[in-house]
Amino acid sequence: MIRLQDVRRVFHQGRPDELVAVDGVSLHIEGAKVTVLRGPSGSGKTSLLALVGCMARPTSGRIHVGDREVTSLPEHFLAEVRRRTFGFVFQQFHLVRGLTALENVMLPAYPLGGSRKALVIRAQGLLDRFGVGSRSRARADWLSGGEAQRVAIARALVNDPQVIVADEPTAHLDSKLSAGFMDLVAALRDEGRTVVIASHDPIVHDSTVVDRVVTMRDGRIVGEEP
Amino acid sequence: MKRLHIPTWLERQRYLLDFTLSSLGRRKGKNLALTALYAMVVFGLASVLMYTQALRGEAMRILEGAPDVVVQRMVAGRHDLIPADRVERLSRIRGVQEARGRLWGYYYDASAKANLTFLVPEKFWGKAGEVVIGEGVARTRLAAPGEPFPVLASDGSVVILKVRETVPSPSELVSTDLVLLSEPDFRRLFGVPPDLYTDIALTVPNEKEVPMVAAKIRGQMPDSRPITRAEIARTYEAILDWRSGLVVLVLAAALLSFGIVAWDKASGLSADERREIGILKAIGWDTSEVLAVKAWEGAVISLSAFLVGLLLAYVHVFVTSAPLLTPVLKGWSTLYPSFRLTPTLNPFLVSTLFLLTVVPYTVATVVPAWRAATTDPDAVMRS
Repeated sequence: MIRLQDVRRVFHQGRPDELVAVDGVSLHIEGAKVTVLRGPSGSGKTSLLALVGCMARPTSGRIHVGDREVTSLPEHFLAEVRRRTFGFVFQQFHLVRGLTALENVMLPAYPLGGSRKALVIRAQGLLDRFGVGSRSRARADWLSGGEAQRVAIARALVNDPQVIVADEPTAHLDSKLSAGFMDLVAALRDEGRTVVIASHDPIVHDSTVVDRVVTMRDGRIVGEEP
Repeated sequence: MKRLHIPTWLERQRYLLDFTLSSLGRRKGKNLALTALYAMVVFGLASVLMYTQALRGEAMRILEGAPDVVVQRMVAGRHDLIPADRVERLSRIRGVQEARGRLWGYYYDASAKANLTFLVPEKFWGKAGEVVIGEGVARTRLAAPGEPFPVLASDGSVVILKVRETVPSPSELVSTDLVLLSEPDFRRLFGVPPDLYTDIALTVPNEKEVPMVAAKIRGQMPDSRPITRAEIARTYEAILDWRSGLVVLVLAAALLSFGIVAWDKASGLSADERREIGILKAIGWDTSEVLAVKAWEGAVISLSAFLVGLLLAYVHVFVTSAPLLTPVLKGWSTLYPSFRLTPTLNPFLVSTLFLLTVVPYTVATVVPAWRAATTDPDAVMRS
């Protein structure tokens, strides 16, 4: 599904504060599987996740999404790949304050155009599915942590992406809500979606839902299970 | 090659505009205050420009009926009465169709505390002892047709004239302080001998001959001063330009302070706005879509302020007769003409104002957003 070949990501290259976040990583992420990137803070898992999700370009190396080589794509086409192929769930959920839960879910679909009525039905359906349908008119800043996360997941799915990318999705959730999140992940995988999660939460990487755990340290892959 | 699909493009623009409006709604207080301030600046600028332009129009309308050349006699650098025999001499100059002696002058009316203009028209339609007065005179003196109109003559006696009617004129700008009367009454009031006129008006049908005629007059009558219509037009223009320039200068200070406020607001994205741009990019928005939202935002604010300001200025100038500008731009006399200017909206003026206000603000909104929107979307993951 997604192949990375000898990928490096360097911040402030050539400057005294140069930082190698991802250092020569080659990885093949299989479709319809749950892959977790594990490692301590600063190990490079979030940077690698950003590269996987086409949110950043590698300093060197190549990335293929399906059959398409994406590293050399112009920004406009990369954005197109990003919104059609990937759905993102962020650590802080990153909902737009002041907008309602429903509007937040609809946001990724705006640049695609299409019927507004159909979009509202789709977004409301996703909120219903994740048990926050009754909160669709509530502003994002009024939602609890668990509700905000479910809205963020609904938003990630609104364009019906093949791949869900989640960065530390359980960092702000208690154990019960974290377990609930993993149940949602299982459901997504069962629909045939690929899920890539960066997390150092044992509830995530020890979950039976996870097909593969990739361990990182200092920007490199240091272990893989199974 | 990628083809533009018009319905999708339109739907996308609608979504982006929806998002823009909800963004503006989320910062309602700040945006309303900015729009109001912006509208005030447009209002001020548009009022001055519309007003001077309308005044210029009025002045030019007046000049249409003005003589081609007016000849005055000068004594020691001052305008003096001109001998009546020069009417005949001037009419003999080649190119002059007609020469006519004119009688006019100013009279300080102590009761109205205003200067009135007394004028003997070419063909006075009233009888001796009657006057036709301007609307401003009628207002201040509370004089209606049929009522007496006492005037202090130059010999100290009080001459009681009778108001025949108020003056009909296409422009009240000059007729407001006007008193029309017969020649014998004028001469009696001001003690002007019958062989003298205030000045002489010439009709020169061929416009191209006017400078030549003026030169001949200067040659034949060295103590005279020929004034052409073009020169009067230039003087009017200069006075109006100078006056409007003065007000625009004062407004420039307001404009400058608004510019600073607007630039600060538009160019300095708040942390919240930066975060929002990051989120939009991270969830799949393209830089161009983020910029489109920011451009819409700038356009909505500046366009509504522009339209509100323009509308208010239009009402101020053409409906309420510009009470805020009258003392500066229109005061030749203490009798302010109370008139409605002919409403005109010059496309050049509107587009100039548009270019001076809407375009810079929209650009000021887009440029910093462009800086924020071109950063990698993964910045939001690391924030």
